[in-house]
Amino acid sequence: MGAQKKRAAAAAAAARVSEDPDDLARQPLQAILLADSFTTKFRPITLERPKVLLPLLNVPMINYTLAWLEAAGVAEVFVFCCAHSKQVIDYLENSEWFSQPNFTVKTIESHNIISAGDALRLIYEQNVIHGDFVLISGDTVSNMSLTQALQEHKERKKKDNNAVMTMIIKKSKPSPITRQSRLGTDELFMAIDPNTKQLLYYEDKADHSKGTICLDKMLLAENPSISLHNDKQDCYIDICSPEVLSLFTDNFDYQHLRRHFVKGLLLDDIMGYKIFTHEIHSSYVARIDNYRSYDIVSKDIIQRWTYPYVPDVKFCGNRATKLERRGMYRASEIEQSRSAQVGSFTVIGYGTKIGSNSKISDSVIGEGCTIGSNVLIEGSYIWDNVIIEDGCELRHVIVCDGVIMKAGAVLKPGVVLSFKVVIGERFVVPAYSKVSLLQQPTVHDSDEELEYADNSSGTVEFSSIQGTADQSNGEMTSESSEAHKPKLGTGGVGYIWSICEGGQEEEWRHSVAPIPEDKLAELSEAMDDDQELVTQDRTALSTSGELISDSNASEGDDNEDSKDDSVYFEKEVEATFLRAVEENVKVDHVILEVNSLRLSYNMTSADCAGAVFYSMMKLAVKTPHSSARIAYMLAVGLLSLYPSPFSMVASNAYPIYLSGELQQNTANIITTWQKLLKSYLLEIDEEIEIILKFEEMCLESAKEFSPLFARILHILYDKDILQEDAILRWADEKEGADESDKVFVRQSEKFIQWLREASEEED
Amino acid sequence: MDFQVVVLAGGTSKKLVPLVSKEVPKALLPVANRPVLSYVLEQLELSNIKDLIVVVEGADAALRVGGWISAAYVDRLHVEKVLELQGYTVRVQVATVPEDVGTAGALRAIAHHLTAKDVLVVSGDLVSDVPPGAVTAAHRRHDAVVTAMICSVPVSGLSEAGSSGAKDKTKKPGRYNIIGMDPTKQFLLHIATGAELEKDTRIRKSILRAVGQMDIRADLMDAHMYAFNRSVLQEVLDQKDKFQSLKQDVLPYLVRSQLKSEILINGAPQGQQAKENGNDKVSYRILANASTPSFHELYALGPNGSAPVRRTHKCCVYIASNSKYCVRLNSIQAFMDINRDVIGEANHLSGYNFSAQNNIIHPSAELGSKTTVGPHCMLGEGSQMGDKCSVKRSVIGRHCRIGSNVKVVNSVVMNHVTIGDGCSIQGSVICSNAQLQERVALKDCQVGQGYVVSAGCEYKGESLARKEK
Repeated sequence: MGAQKKRAAAAAAAARVSEDPDDLARQPLQAILLADSFTTKFRPITLERPKVLLPLLNVPMINYTLAWLEAAGVAEVFVFCCAHSKQVIDYLENSEWFSQPNFTVKTIESHNIISAGDALRLIYEQNVIHGDFVLISGDTVSNMSLTQALQEHKERKKKDNNAVMTMIIKKSKPSPITRQSRLGTDELFMAIDPNTKQLLYYEDKADHSKGTICLDKMLLAENPSISLHNDKQDCYIDICSPEVLSLFTDNFDYQHLRRHFVKGLLLDDIMGYKIFTHEIHSSYVARIDNYRSYDIVSKDIIQRWTYPYVPDVKFCGNRATKLERRGMYRASEIEQSRSAQVGSFTVIGYGTKIGSNSKISDSVIGEGCTIGSNVLIEGSYIWDNVIIEDGCELRHVIVCDGVIMKAGAVLKPGVVLSFKVVIGERFVVPAYSKVSLLQQPTVHDSDEELEYADNSSGTVEFSSIQGTADQSNGEMTSESSEAHKPKLGTGGVGYIWSICEGGQEEEWRHSVAPIPEDKLAELSEAMDDDQELVTQDRTALSTSGELISDSNASEGDDNEDSKDDSVYFEKEVEATFLRAVEENVKVDHVILEVNSLRLSYNMTSADCAGAVFYSMMKLAVKTPHSSARIAYMLAVGLLSLYPSPFSMVASNAYPIYLSGELQQNTANIITTWQKLLKSYLLEIDEEIEIILKFEEMCLESAKEFSPLFARILHILYDKDILQEDAILRWADEKEGADESDKVFVRQSEKFIQWLREASEEED
Repeated sequence: MDFQVVVLAGGTSKKLVPLVSKEVPKALLPVANRPVLSYVLEQLELSNIKDLIVVVEGADAALRVGGWISAAYVDRLHVEKVLELQGYTVRVQVATVPEDVGTAGALRAIAHHLTAKDVLVVSGDLVSDVPPGAVTAAHRRHDAVVTAMICSVPVSGLSEAGSSGAKDKTKKPGRYNIIGMDPTKQFLLHIATGAELEKDTRIRKSILRAVGQMDIRADLMDAHMYAFNRSVLQEVLDQKDKFQSLKQDVLPYLVRSQLKSEILINGAPQGQQAKENGNDKVSYRILANASTPSFHELYALGPNGSAPVRRTHKCCVYIASNSKYCVRLNSIQAFMDINRDVIGEANHLSGYNFSAQNNIIHPSAELGSKTTVGPHCMLGEGSQMGDKCSVKRSVIGRHCRIGSNVKVVNSVVMNHVTIGDGCSIQGSVICSNAQLQERVALKDCQVGQGYVVSAGCEYKGESLARKEK
């Protein structure tokens, strides 16, 4: 309680101080470090240990982030722990971070949180952030200087109060073939104003089915110049103003920092909040988001891109390591056989033993490992206290603490062995498989919501076999669900996780193993097809510009708007009409309403006639049969009494009583609403439009009418809705049409014939 | 230079009615008392391009344009005849194409005249001081299939109000194209014209992936000066017989398909080149190696940097610098803007010598007493003005008779116009042989050829013309 009071007082003091803009700079810089990435990319490892504590060159990742924050001038860091929060807090408490001068680390713990958005909301409630802060996740390795970005952010904020966030970006062109950056993250499309550096568009999680980026026309109207980038990488380091926290609170549905928050701000122009970018050029920033970036960042550190955060420079949490020639880092107390070959760019941890004739290259070996003889290790990451017996082969794999590999076991590229797994003798673990002592959580839905739910992994129960595993390996087989437990060879312990939901395809993307060549070839072929598709559909689109004569053009995008409009108009008219029928609105009023619709959609009276007619016919189809039962009985009777000369033409596809009922319905409706329809039939053109509309309906939306076409035409003629001129002209127009178009003309042939004769007689 | 030039002089544009008519096709509309076509021809001459085909729509218009060209160039052609011995010759052909064939159609119609390796297509209504030679050089440098000249959007409608001006203002002013370029501003990656501007802009990801960064500009426009590879152009015109317009069909098509070239010839010329001249090929290689490969070349490479597996072609841009003047005469507003600019800010284009008062009054023009002609004005040969007249920022043509107490502001008066006493003309265009009787007041009007405005009439924002036929 006391502490809280003190904090409140400090906040008040800070607020008072910050009134003076010059003092703003002096305010200690704060940072929020999310010690949970709220994703499942590092499973199964992260089921047992939080991601931020995973060793990166034998140092838990979070140390890199904290060391950088300290160097960047941050005074106070709030570490937000969620999954495995106990482990994180314990680790930090025992580390040196709690005893640094001028650098305070505080932890905030919560268990029921499933996203970054929730975390920020919680932090807002705690009211600990008083000024600009750095938002970062605990898996970031960087050596950039924040000074300039901070300066820019503050200056922008002074000028424009809506500039709430500055995102750090870095040039990194994703491969056009795999469409992912070297860090294994999906390609990212951004639009940035080249002058102000304002972020205007952000698309990660690219939808590959869409071959285009759609920039809103308003965007271009407001910014005459935009740079569209595919060659930038989001560093996930954000400098935020305190408003960001309250924004998260206001929009309680924001979960993901990018997908929801950034996109939300970009789309929402009501509040006018703006996000800016700051591009760094020479310094290093990378976030470990998946196994591939784990691999790449490890290599970058070995090659000293992240200096001073390299193994041989002492920063918090690492053990003294010596850098030798050819990029070899060796800790002390290493026992290495004379015949063992340790190649370039390797890191060997404290107290590790390497047997004779073993070859190690491009790999990181943790502390206290025992490596037998004739072992081959290539591009792999072996954590602490791993026992690898003689003759094992490991290529591009991650092996967690306490794993035992029995003699002759082989790990194919991309394999991940979680804690304390035992691989049996001469067992070959297939490529990209993940092995854990924990069973794979059974419910695994790709649904986003669930993804978040899963992420609170700290609280989810798993059937653990860890306890028993230590006691005896043999017992394992007697454990439950033996049937679906893939064996790991004789004496093996652990489950091979099945790769779920088409993940097989995507597994190579985020694996530690390099992308296989055949995959690349396959993809680059796919790219060609893609391009072809795009070109094709663009061809159809573009011709719409000028060429009305082109048959493609009418289907082009160009007409889509007007098409949309007319569809909406039709729907509105139909709704109006139905309401009129239900509520017995007077015909005059309906006419008024339809007229107003017509004005607002800028339609012609022919369109109105068509739409009204369409709604009437629809109503006729929909009218419940029971209510019209008597009517249709009568109709049938009438029909049989007075067989019209053209009724025979009607197709037999529909039972006569049904069509009779429909016809009666139609007749009734036409009688009731003829005034409405007639008010739009000013000229012969509109009447023809009605016939065309009817034809269209018979073919598409209301096929029930097709056998009745001729009869209803006759009804319309009887009711003086259609003049004979209109019908004859329609028939003439159709003369030259395709055979398929003439179905209804032929159906009404007799009627038309009759009309022709009648008019001739008059003459 | 193996360049042939096609000047598309158009016919009688409907947009410019009533300024144009059968007698005055668009190409002959006066800008500072010279046909607009002369500005293009002059620039081409300055760039030493001497093989011209002027394409005119419609037989009547062609006759007029042809007549003017032979009259205007008769002396110079004569001079060139002498130089012919040294290999210099100006050839100006006038070709007639039917009306409404579109720009692509026009080129299709004259295809048999085209023989050079590259073709420069210029719109005859372009008033610009951008050297066409710069465009052709950019084209050659990259061995592009098309190079388009891009210029900044003109600042239109300084003469406030005005019927067309007002309309422009309700819209967003000056959006003609949306143009996407690579960061070096050499390659054209995306272009949207016409109706596409009203929609959301869609940028293809594939090209963005290839190039990495695309600069999208809405403040630039296509100036309708293109350098085409002749064989590619002809192939496209042959295959896509629906294409009507260079600007709206051919150029967007080439831009769109640049990473998936459907043009067969693309590879062929290089092969031919090698056969024709071994040295050529070598120097080409050296050049290619010297410069960093463009994204086209990178994209074309196979997965391991092996031999090219994809066919690409390059679409380039030449961006006219902001200091250059570049406007197309394609609307009445543009007509007035250009006339104003050519005797005002961009007066180096007019080719006249300006007086100390910054105006041009032909020595044979007669001014009444107390008549003032302000700066940025032009008074043509043999025109007469009465007393107490005032002319501001206007062009007055030849042999006009202007009464007393007449005010002409921000207007263009063509030749042989008669203006009665006490008229007031603001922001208007008076075509040749028109007559304004006494005390006519016009604001933002266009008066067609030979039209008579009766005494005392007042019009605002109207278009006055005789009925055709």
